[in-house]
Amino acid sequence: MAHGPASGIGRWLFTTNHKDIGTLYLWFSFLMFFIGGIFALVIRAELFEPGLQIVQPEFFNQMTTMHGLVMVFGAVMPAFVGLANWMVPIMIGAPDMALPRMNNWSFWILPFAFSIMVSTLFMEGGAPNFGWTFYAPLSTTYAPPSVTFFIVAVHIMGASSIMGAINIIATILNLRAPGMTMMKMPLFVWTWLITAYLLIAVMPVLAGVVTMMLMDIHFGTSFFSAAGGGDPVLFQHVFWFFGHPEVYIMILPAFGIVSAIIPTFSRKPLFGYSSMVYATASIAFLSFIVWAHHMFTVGIPLFGELFFMYATMLIAVPTGVKVFNWVTTMFRGSLSFETPMLFAVAFVILFTIGGFSGLMLAIAPADFQYHDTYFVVAHFHYVLVPGAIFSITAAVYYWLPKWSGKMYNETMGKTHFWLAFIGLNLTFFPMHFVGLAGMPRRIPDYALQFADFNMISSCGAFLFGAAQVLFLFNIIRTLNSSHKATDQVWENPHGLEWTLPSPPPYHSFTTPPAIQS
Amino acid sequence: MSNANKNVNRLVIKLLITGVGMFAFALFVLPPMYEVFCDITGLNGKTGERYEQSTQTVNEQRTIRVQFIGKNNEAMPWQFRPNQTEIKVHPGQEVQVSYYARNPTENYMVAQAVPSLVPYDATDYFHKTECFCFSNQPLEGGHEAELVLRFIVDKDLPEHIHTLTLAYTMFDITEYSDAAKAAAR
Amino acid sequence: MLTLFRKYCSSLFAVLLCFGVSAVYADIGDRWHTNMTEGVTPVSRQIYSLHMDIFWWCVAIGVVVFGVMFYTMIAHRKSRGAEAANFHESTALEILWTIIPFVILIIMAVPATSTLIKIYDTKEADLDIVITGYQWKWKYEYLNKDVSYFSNLSTPDDEIHNLAEKNPNYLLEVDEPLVIPTNKKVRFLITANDVIHAWWVPALAVKKDAIPGFINETWTYVEEPGIYRGQCAELCGKNHGFMPIVVEAKPEAEYLAWLEDKQATAAKLRELTEKTFTFEELMTMGEEVYQTTCAPCHQANGQGVPGAFPAIAGSAVATGDIAQHMNMVVFGSRKNPAMQAFGEQLSEVKIASVITYQRNSFGNNMGDSLQPIDILNFKESK
Repeated sequence: MAHGPASGIGRWLFTTNHKDIGTLYLWFSFLMFFIGGIFALVIRAELFEPGLQIVQPEFFNQMTTMHGLVMVFGAVMPAFVGLANWMVPIMIGAPDMALPRMNNWSFWILPFAFSIMVSTLFMEGGAPNFGWTFYAPLSTTYAPPSVTFFIVAVHIMGASSIMGAINIIATILNLRAPGMTMMKMPLFVWTWLITAYLLIAVMPVLAGVVTMMLMDIHFGTSFFSAAGGGDPVLFQHVFWFFGHPEVYIMILPAFGIVSAIIPTFSRKPLFGYSSMVYATASIAFLSFIVWAHHMFTVGIPLFGELFFMYATMLIAVPTGVKVFNWVTTMFRGSLSFETPMLFAVAFVILFTIGGFSGLMLAIAPADFQYHDTYFVVAHFHYVLVPGAIFSITAAVYYWLPKWSGKMYNETMGKTHFWLAFIGLNLTFFPMHFVGLAGMPRRIPDYALQFADFNMISSCGAFLFGAAQVLFLFNIIRTLNSSHKATDQVWENPHGLEWTLPSPPPYHSFTTPPAIQS
Repeated sequence: MSNANKNVNRLVIKLLITGVGMFAFALFVLPPMYEVFCDITGLNGKTGERYEQSTQTVNEQRTIRVQFIGKNNEAMPWQFRPNQTEIKVHPGQEVQVSYYARNPTENYMVAQAVPSLVPYDATDYFHKTECFCFSNQPLEGGHEAELVLRFIVDKDLPEHIHTLTLAYTMFDITEYSDAAKAAAR
Repeated sequence: MLTLFRKYCSSLFAVLLCFGVSAVYADIGDRWHTNMTEGVTPVSRQIYSLHMDIFWWCVAIGVVVFGVMFYTMIAHRKSRGAEAANFHESTALEILWTIIPFVILIIMAVPATSTLIKIYDTKEADLDIVITGYQWKWKYEYLNKDVSYFSNLSTPDDEIHNLAEKNPNYLLEVDEPLVIPTNKKVRFLITANDVIHAWWVPALAVKKDAIPGFINETWTYVEEPGIYRGQCAELCGKNHGFMPIVVEAKPEAEYLAWLEDKQATAAKLRELTEKTFTFEELMTMGEEVYQTTCAPCHQANGQGVPGAFPAIAGSAVATGDIAQHMNMVVFGSRKNPAMQAFGEQLSEVKIASVITYQRNSFGNNMGDSLQPIDILNFKESK
């Protein structure tokens, strides 16, 4: 085996190196983040004022659908897989991932999946227009012809996720350096291990549900059609059986990242390590028994409604434990606020706000008023943007000096943070208000009473988008800068990654490191 | 190293089997499980199959109001309506009602009626001994039919229920029915 | 693209200005709705107080958690010379903050459960109304009252396309509202004709999915007469944002008068069907019907949407055999589910006039026309 990377494009096409593949994943997700972001800005531009100005309702629905799909499956999930590829082997003292060749495939099928997905925009009848939750029969009997391509794309990215998850589990369970016991692993590794199990459990369910759609559309079955003895509500049950764990797939690794960053900049060990592990595991378990809270208005018998309401409320307990642990980690530390810490602290605050609205949504009778309004949109964006996006951003600022050996520009990083923070709150906070005031989600035009807050949201969205351009610029400048980072980068951080040089050698830990108590 | 490789391989195979198993679970287990779940809870008001037990003691003390609704799913051109919109029955008593259907088109068509009953907790207590919804309904163009429904409201119907509403939705399944394909041939 | 950018830059200023200006003279409470409506039914008020209770619990927890956090961020900064402590475990503390949230959850769950049980009590209704969701309108049938009609968006196209000033009820107005009596328990039986819709009126705190093939039930008890507006809450295709709901609650006497009037109108319509209209009358009525019923898909100019909805102008149906045209409108298209069967949705008068209009507009010049009686005969003969 060669000691350095191959040269030219071949390095990237055929690489089996976990660092190269991590880099590929991260750049791919960044690209998807911008594409999904452009879709979001089309939505916000149309919603700037009442009336139809920029796009027609058909295209608007395609935008909401594609924005959701691209952000969930193209931006957030691959970004986390990229971080896992880079960091998991290093954090557990392994030389590489357990299955390097599969690692290469699991990345390289993704661009195909998303080429198919995005190309549907140019097909006759347009791209999928039935929302990222693609409820039948709107997505079967009434779908545009491009739905078949959508199904193929979902299958491919599902396969990619499952391969990635298998690889991560195999790596964590088999390649830990001697002395790296399970309860010594960094929390990022723990949360990813649990996430990977969730992926293996539910991505096949997603594959199953789109397969049933495919059969209903092309082979005359009627899983979801009442005419043939099926039931459109079955679709929602199966979808959310996948969908709710999926939501946690997008947040658990974020918990791991924040649990790495906050101790570093508090100069204090993480509070309650083992309770963090147990809390993560219980959140993962609960995610399998709460799916019907997405369907409170569908017509569920009373006892079912009560069961799902109680189970959902229960999630607040382990989530609360996590938040309290982070706050206590900061308490009586010696805090400094470099860019990664700013993003991590914003994560804790804003994610908690998203958690509060989540608790409100769990209350079934109140949900009759919140369901399918902008209150829900506000809720899940408060959980996902500060949750997933901010934690990924924090991770990039935190580890970029390690990956590249170059230090980013702190002023620019902080500017990015404040612009993103203000943009995010301007965009999503008013959505709570319009939702409570009665604005349904997924509408291209709205009544006049919602106009003012929507205008603010739209302005915030463009500000948030601009902040991300600054992020891209900062990264490119860092990669080309001559400002070298030290091996430790931060002040006395904890973890094996900081024992390696910056940047780490192409093949690290070819002999296992010694783990101190 | 080879030992570690063997461990990895065994784990990967296990994980792959789990993945395939979950796929099969979603495709082959979840839908029938949902059916069972619906049967038990009455979710979506699906009423049961043909009721075989025929005699029940009639409770003359109690009167239940049963409402009938007939609807067409979209693009279904049939005229379809209940012949009586509301009747009063005693629990345990077997009653016969009927719906009127007419195919106003020039073509042979096949329809399927899908029942739905509210409140959901009554579905276990609504027994159909004869129903046009048990099978497909073929009708020649221009013809009409009397569609018969015979049912018993169980004498154990929970006390708090006084009204049952039964809706049938007519779906056009001409394309899917074998009879139609045979006729086309 | 550049003009777009410039437009948004300037609107950013506009918004900042807006803030200042509106704070000065606009009626802030009216303009900046920030909370859920209390509504006009016992259930809606109960939900509102539940919502506020949970909200204040969240605020209280937030004040404690964020309070500690901000205190730490200010007091324990490295730049102020804070030394890091080294504690990282406390079983007592962790048990405490597992149990306290649990207790709070139980306190929240009690009123939530009782409210839910109340909502599920659908028995003993005074009036049953079947609500059916269509792409993209609602149908209301008063059970056993012989009254049934469709309720369409009545906002003019020009307002939506910014060619006319928007009226205060923009997108929340319909041609025929649902009328219900006050102080009566009204039960809704909700279903759909095509895809899943959801019937939602915030002031009634009623939101229920309308699912094809199945019925859902829910109820309301409105205490104050008034007009209450809502919208479809489940994505149902192109015009999901354009199928509002308007409920008019009237005192019982007024409601009964309305009902009688409605029944009389239905009878009159049947009579009207026997009447013969002039070509001009048909064209005028036809244009009106076309704009509310056909234009959402076939477009106001009859050009359709390429790839999705065929044009009326020069179409084989509208310029072909008139019987085929009637067949298409009355029974819908067998090939394309988007073209619904309008035979039951529109009156004979409306069908006759809209077919006449389609055959003699947008450059179509067939010169023929239909009378309501033709439609009636056509339906009967088929």
